[in-house]
Amino acid sequence: MTQTDDTTPRTVPIQSETFSNAVNAEIRRAAETGIYDIRGGGAKRRVPHFDDLLFLGASVSRYPLEGYRERCETSVTLGGRFAQKPIELDIPITIAGMSFGALSGPAKEALGRGASAAGTSTTTGDGGMTPEEREHSDKLVYQYLPSRYGMNPNDLRKADAIEIVVGQGAKPGGGGMLLGQKISDRVAEMRTLPKGIDQRSACRHPDWTGPDDLEIKILELREITGWQVPIYVKVGATRPYYDTALAVKAGADVVVMDGMQGGTAATQDVFIENVGIPTLACIRPAVQALQDLGVHREVQLVISGGIRNGADVAKAMALGADAVAIGTAALIALGDNDPKWEAEYQKLGTTAGAYDDWHAGNDPAGITTQDPALAARLDPVDAGRRLRNYLKVMTLEAQTIARACGHNHLHNLEPEDLCALTMEAAAMARVPLAGTDWYPGKPGF
Amino acid sequence: MQTYDLEADGLRGLNAALHAQTNQTRWEIINPKGSHAIAVGLDAPIDVTVKGSTGYYCAGMNQQATVRVEGSVGPGVAENMMSGEVIVEGDASQYAGATGHGGLLVIKGNASSRCGISMKGIDIVVHGNIGHMSAFMAQAGTLVVCGDAGDALGDSLYEARLFVRGSVKSLGADCVEKEMRPEHLALLETLLERAGADAKAEEFTRYGSARKLYNFDVDTSAAY
Ligand SMILES: Cc1cc2nc3c(=O)[nH]c(=O)nc-3n(C[C@H](O)[C@H](O)[C@H](O)COP(=O)(O)O)c2cc1C
Repeated sequence: MTQTDDTTPRTVPIQSETFSNAVNAEIRRAAETGIYDIRGGGAKRRVPHFDDLLFLGASVSRYPLEGYRERCETSVTLGGRFAQKPIELDIPITIAGMSFGALSGPAKEALGRGASAAGTSTTTGDGGMTPEEREHSDKLVYQYLPSRYGMNPNDLRKADAIEIVVGQGAKPGGGGMLLGQKISDRVAEMRTLPKGIDQRSACRHPDWTGPDDLEIKILELREITGWQVPIYVKVGATRPYYDTALAVKAGADVVVMDGMQGGTAATQDVFIENVGIPTLACIRPAVQALQDLGVHREVQLVISGGIRNGADVAKAMALGADAVAIGTAALIALGDNDPKWEAEYQKLGTTAGAYDDWHAGNDPAGITTQDPALAARLDPVDAGRRLRNYLKVMTLEAQTIARACGHNHLHNLEPEDLCALTMEAAAMARVPLAGTDWYPGKPGF
Repeated sequence: MQTYDLEADGLRGLNAALHAQTNQTRWEIINPKGSHAIAVGLDAPIDVTVKGSTGYYCAGMNQQATVRVEGSVGPGVAENMMSGEVIVEGDASQYAGATGHGGLLVIKGNASSRCGISMKGIDIVVHGNIGHMSAFMAQAGTLVVCGDAGDALGDSLYEARLFVRGSVKSLGADCVEKEMRPEHLALLETLLERAGADAKAEEFTRYGSARKLYNFDVDTSAAY
């Protein structure tokens, strides 16, 4: 560009799509610090999601149910395949496993209170079970993780279900991380590690590898708990058909499938954004595996990763899921990323809605922290009430949609109720592109 | 003494009987035939002898009980043990004592790879040799090896103490030889005696964490 005089038309400065400001800032940050970026939350990039699906609603060929007159049931039973005491939930929206350590004690208590008031379950996480969450959760799922931090048989026997965590959608194939600044005395003691050190959670289970071992591990857990409680297997979405089939073969009662938008407390950004497949893409293959094995509905499928509202719940269920789990949305309901803390987010170099330093321990909302002063900002009773309200609203929304599609139970939603807005979503969800009867890969075309 | 025929009466009946709080404190299990999950989740001061070899996870998550195996054991013996004692007369397969929080595990033969992986307070005494990657990410407790250790002993070790009498094929990342102080000799003597091992504390070398990988540092990233 040669500058002549002021009236000569000029090219405008053009930012590179490839080397965007965000990309360049990350290069400079990496160059300065020598460490990859670690953050919380799930994939932030746009991927095909439930927003790319629409419900068709009733028409001449189908009639709807009356909104305030005709019932639309929402209950779900998880784990009846082998467990003598399956989990009975009033609503098909559960609270996903989030560790004490990542979250404060009051935040865990609030999750328990909110979930119990809404008639659903909550889940422990890496680091073990706290008395607060056991006390405040009517139904508590105990995670059995590769790190086995805080794992003990007394807590195992107190659990209403056991979830063997193979992976998470945010980081399939990756272990956990809890940075030193969040290791308080209590967290350190629960995990049997020195205070203040970075705690790496293993990415593989220490005493089994592969589906044949998993079957024996499940047998051991059942023998220890007397075949009473359901055993879930949680996997990050990568090869959903085979992972589901292998979990079923290994004897799982419930398969939990977590897509790449699923949150994490602390993972490398490069991992979150580049490993795993979208939630939308994993449901049909997982359901297909269950159907091929003749256990769809007998082994329940719980879907998570980016579930935000009743429409997402209804769409996941229409594609064949039995229930969903929420992490990030539950934290937001408690008060995470609330604009009322904007001044403090600004001081941390971020803004409400974008705050994702959940690993750092200085969460203005007092949720992802072990700092007593910050944690005290969250009133567990009030936050629990907000979570309950939010769960109720999601349920009402899902019911509204189900009635419009003519169903008297959420689990009667079906793929035929859906169409897709984009080719990608049509291909992944295997439902027709809106206004057509075609989706990519449909047999016969 | 109550005898239980595993082959005839099945695994569920066995573990249910061992979990039931009864006056029976001594059990003998016959015909184990390599079955998995034998005597798991016990939580009473009872004495169980297994007459033969077992499969995976024998005495898993043990609390209080003493379990003696008159044979060899498959992978994950005494995994996540909390307390009590597990004694194996023969050899042990992989992951012996994995993630154990407490109690004593004695292996009179050899133990395979990953012995004491992620151990969190358990004491393990192996009369023979141990395989590679033993005490990987071991957090707390003591591993005593009267024979030799395989490759990468104590890789990414935290605060567990390792004592080896014979040779160590190689040390894992952040595991180093350490000075044997009187308190270590005393601890070792007690464990050797409890485990019935015919060895002298002075013959052992102590290994532990250099603690260089405790907080991430770009200059040590090649070790991860
Ligand atoms: C703060 C936080 C902590 C988490 N900790 C765990 C954990 O300990 N174990 C686990 O399996 N998943 C963990 N997860 C993942 C959730 O269980 C779940 O898969 C995910 O949050 C679902 O996606 P969503 O956040 O979009 O709802 C965590 C997620 C968050 C946000």
